Amino acid sequence: MNAVEKIIAAHSKNAVVRPGQIVDVNLDCVMANDATATLAIDIFSNKLAADQVFDAEKVILVMDHYTPSSSIDAADTHNKMRRFAREQGLPHVYDGSGVCHQLMMEHHVRPGQLIIGADSHTCTYGALGALATGMGSTDIAVAWQQGTIWMKVPESIRIMVEGEWPVHASAKDLILKVIGDLTARGATYKAMCFTGPAIQALDLSGRMTICNMAIEAGAKFAYIQPDAKTQEYMQKAGREVYDIFFDDEDAEYERELQYDVSDLAPQIAFPHSVDNVRDITAFEGMAIDEIFLGACTNGRYEDLEIAAAILKDRKIATTVRLLVTPASKEIFLRAMEAGLIATLMESGAMIANPGCSACFGGTGGILGKGERLLTTANRNFRGRVGSADSEIYLAGPATIAASAITGTITDPRRIER
Amino acid sequence: MITGKAIAFGNNIDTDQIIGAQYLTLPTITQMSEHLFEHHTQFTEHFTKGDIVVGGENFGCGSSREQAPAVLKECGVAAIVAASFARIFFRNAINLGIRLIECPAAAEISAGDRLAIDHDHLCNLTTGQEYPIEPLPDFLQAIVDRGGVIGRLQK
Repeated sequence: MNAVEKIIAAHSKNAVVRPGQIVDVNLDCVMANDATATLAIDIFSNKLAADQVFDAEKVILVMDHYTPSSSIDAADTHNKMRRFAREQGLPHVYDGSGVCHQLMMEHHVRPGQLIIGADSHTCTYGALGALATGMGSTDIAVAWQQGTIWMKVPESIRIMVEGEWPVHASAKDLILKVIGDLTARGATYKAMCFTGPAIQALDLSGRMTICNMAIEAGAKFAYIQPDAKTQEYMQKAGREVYDIFFDDEDAEYERELQYDVSDLAPQIAFPHSVDNVRDITAFEGMAIDEIFLGACTNGRYEDLEIAAAILKDRKIATTVRLLVTPASKEIFLRAMEAGLIATLMESGAMIANPGCSACFGGTGGILGKGERLLTTANRNFRGRVGSADSEIYLAGPATIAASAITGTITDPRRIER
Repeated sequence: MITGKAIAFGNNIDTDQIIGAQYLTLPTITQMSEHLFEHHTQFTEHFTKGDIVVGGENFGCGSSREQAPAVLKECGVAAIVAASFARIFFRNAINLGIRLIECPAAAEISAGDRLAIDHDHLCNLTTGQEYPIEPLPDFLQAIVDRGGVIGRLQK
C-alpha cells in the first residue's frame, strides 16, 4: 500500500485496502464553517433526530466566511452555530479568528489523521501528512452523529518535483502550473501525492498552498510525506503525538508526473476556470481594479512577507485598491510585530480582519460590473466575488505585489528587491 | 420513466454558478432556490418543473456546498445528465437522492431536446439517439433507492 491507503486502512476495520474499495472509516476531526454548518445542524437535529455529537472534542465549528456578520441572515447563521455549540458543549468554536483551514492546521491537525470538513479546501491538511477531504452538510451531520463515514479508497497520482526554486516563483506558481496541465477534472476522485526535493525545500506554508488547491483539479486528497519540517511545525504547535505512514516498497500509483521548478515562470489563471493557466508574459500590462492578498491559499505570514518585501518604500498605483487579509489572528499578530502590516499599510493597502474575505464574496471587497480582480485566492469562477460581469485572475503573492505598484499585471521579475 | 426537456450547459459548471455565496445564509432551501442559476438565462427563461439539467464535463465542480444539489432538487429538476461530475457534488446529490446520469456523449444533447430516462437507457426523443446508462455501483444505488444516505441509516 502507499501512505494514503495505509492511513485509510488504519482508520477502517481492514488491514489492507485497495483503490476502488468502499470502506467505513473512523474520523479524527469533523469541521464545518458558517457556509455549511447550519444546513448540517438542521439535518442533524431534524432529519437524523440526533441528540449528541459522537465526540465534542472532535467537532470543530468556524465562523469565517461571513465574519464579522455581513447581513442579518449571516448574524442569524452565526447565532444558530453558537446555540448548537452551547447545546452540544463544543469546546472548539472559532468566531472571527481566521480561515477554518488555517485554524485547523494551527490547532488541531496531526500527521496520519483522517479528517472531513464541510468545505472543499479541507484537502489542505495533506500538507501535514493528514488525509482530509471536503464533504457536504448531510455527510457532516451523519459524521457528527456516527463518528464514521463511508469512503471510496482513491487511486493516487505521484507528483515528483525537482529543481531549485527561483526567487520570484513560489508554491502557488507550481500548483497553478500542475492544475493547468491536469485540467480542472484531471485528478477527480484521486489523491495527489507531492514529493521530491523541491517539495521538501518548501516550508509548511508553501506545502499548504499546494495541497489547498488539489481540489481545483478535482482531487479528493492531497498528501505530502511528513519530514523534519513537519516535526518542527508540530513541536512548535505543541502537538507531538501522532502517527506517520510511509509507502511500502511495492506501493502503487496510478501515474507519476514530473516537474522541475528551476525555470518556473510566474503563473496566472485566466477567468473563469482555474485550469486556464498561462505564463505571466501572456498578460503583462492588463489593467486591474482590485488586488487581494489572503485566503487559505496564500494568507500566511510567509505570503505577507513576500508582498511586503516588494512593497517596502513603494506606493501602490492610484488606480488600484489592495486588500490584505491575514489568514488567522496568529498570523496577523506575528505580521504586526515584524512590521509587515505597517509596510503594507504605508504602501496603500487596506487590512481586513482574518477570515475568507474577498476570496469568497461573503464580506468586503465585492467587485462591480466590468471590474478585474487579481488575487492570491484559489478560485476564479464567474461571479464568485460579486458581479457576474467581473473577472478574477489567480496568481502568487510576488505577482500581486508587483502588480499593485503598477496597477497592471506585472511580472515580479521586473521589480528590484 | 422520467421525461423532460433538456436545459443545457457547457463544461465546468461550478457550484458558485448554481447558487451564489451571498444566498447560502438564507434561512431555507426554498428561499435559496429562487436564485438557482440566476445568471443563466437558458435556465431562468426556459426551465419548468420536471425538466432535465444537462451539463458537460466536471458538472458541479468547486465548493462542497450541499445547497447546490439541494436547490436543484427543490426546484423540481427531474434528473441531471452530465459527461462527468465533480466528486463532492456527486456525493452530495446521491445523499439527497437525486437521479444522476453520467453520459460521455452529453454534449450531443441540445437545449430544448425532449429526453426520456428509464432504468438503463437515456433516449433523446428529439434526435432519436439512444444512450446506454452505466448502472451505479450497488452501494450507491442502495443509497439512492432509500431516498438518500439518511434513509439508508434509518433502514
